[in-house]
Amino acid sequence: MDQNISFNLKVWRQRGPKEPGKFVTYPMKDIPGDTSFLEMLDILNEELINKGEEPIVFDHDCREGICGMCSLYVNGHPHGPATGATTCQLYMRRFNNGDTITVEPWRSAAFPVIRDLMVDRTAFDKIQQAGGYVSINTGGIPDANAIPIGKDIAEEAMDAAACIGCGACVAACKNGSAMLFVSAKVSQFALLPQGQAEAARRVKSMVAKMDELGFGNCTNTRACEAECPKCISISNIARLNREFIKAKLGD
Amino acid sequence: MSVSGAALVLFLLFHMSMNLVALFSGDAYNLICEFLGANWYALVATAGLAALVVLHFVYAFILTMQNRKARGEQRYAYTKQPKEVEWASQNMFVLGVIVLLGMGLHLYNFWANMQLVEVLHMLGANVDVSLATDGTHYIKETFSCIVYVILYLVWLVALWFHLTHGFWSAMQTLGWNNQVWFARWRCIGNIVSSIIVLGFAIVVLVYAFCPCAGGC
Repeated sequence: MDQNISFNLKVWRQRGPKEPGKFVTYPMKDIPGDTSFLEMLDILNEELINKGEEPIVFDHDCREGICGMCSLYVNGHPHGPATGATTCQLYMRRFNNGDTITVEPWRSAAFPVIRDLMVDRTAFDKIQQAGGYVSINTGGIPDANAIPIGKDIAEEAMDAAACIGCGACVAACKNGSAMLFVSAKVSQFALLPQGQAEAARRVKSMVAKMDELGFGNCTNTRACEAECPKCISISNIARLNREFIKAKLGD
Repeated sequence: MSVSGAALVLFLLFHMSMNLVALFSGDAYNLICEFLGANWYALVATAGLAALVVLHFVYAFILTMQNRKARGEQRYAYTKQPKEVEWASQNMFVLGVIVLLGMGLHLYNFWANMQLVEVLHMLGANVDVSLATDGTHYIKETFSCIVYVILYLVWLVALWFHLTHGFWSAMQTLGWNNQVWFARWRCIGNIVSSIIVLGFAIVVLVYAFCPCAGGC
């Protein structure tokens, strides 16, 4: 049985992108262990609304770990201390009675804070729009057992496609680099024949967009891989580098 | 960073192998010093090497500045490193600065007394060239002082940390990596950096503590 716990929640509050923010501590009483982290914030927000205060703004949508909308830097980890899970999949049973839990927004120059814990992640959309798609006609969907692609390659492409674009890699990286995200998006196409026709153009324009938007440079610290809720491997970054060098040499 | 770094690793291997000669025979080591003195091939190679170091450092500085800017003005109040993240990988710039400072000391101890003196002599300056190719003499002199021994060992430890991350990181940046090779490159990187650092350290230690070093 999960026990009820009481703890202090230290939350970053910031009214707008240009206004200075600060931490506010809220005491939380008797929260059941099977409450998810976002449900716990819902409970707090309900209390705040009842008291006539402004609720805490945070991003969320599907609450089942596939939409990539939730964020939150919880106790020094993007998506909290759980591995291979998003914030919405994080449960209060991971914390102890009497803890102080620090909740911060993603911090990166390319992800400016909109309000409280919500950051602007349109930079990722712009990178996707720069080339993260297939624009040629690839025909109808073939039968799964008729696809002439090796199992290993299909698995690797699927693993890369598991990226939900949440931005945890940028939040975890000391350089604010988006290489893990871009490499996953490049790899999921580069591995399959449907994506190879446009591979060179895709990698060049996505990398150019990433640099333009002010993301940092990759120094291979592997913090992104360790914090990624979908466990995307940095071998994708090697593939991105390989594709990029190949595309540049082809020019 | 990756290409210049890999080239510098090759240079370190070369330099370390030459130093090992000094363990067996001081005279043989001096022959190498003579061979790599102020002749045109050695001077061109030295200039190329200096250019590599400058390139590696200037580029590192620019990238580090860009990275700090990309992190944003507001820093996290509370951070925790996942255990997969090597300490060296987070501190490459600081380690690089230590390596560079050590290199400055090293150039002052050896290069300024040897190749530079020869070049100045060739340019017509009034300098004493009698010891310019006597590398063994300078090794003995430098490491007879315990402070230098400690400074050089600190320098080598910093170099070891820098190389253990730098080696596989260079391969990753060049795109020459995947899930299988990741562990292999890290293993090869650890071996190469250990060989380089131990090779350098043994010469320092032998000359510091063994009175018969380089032949009595």
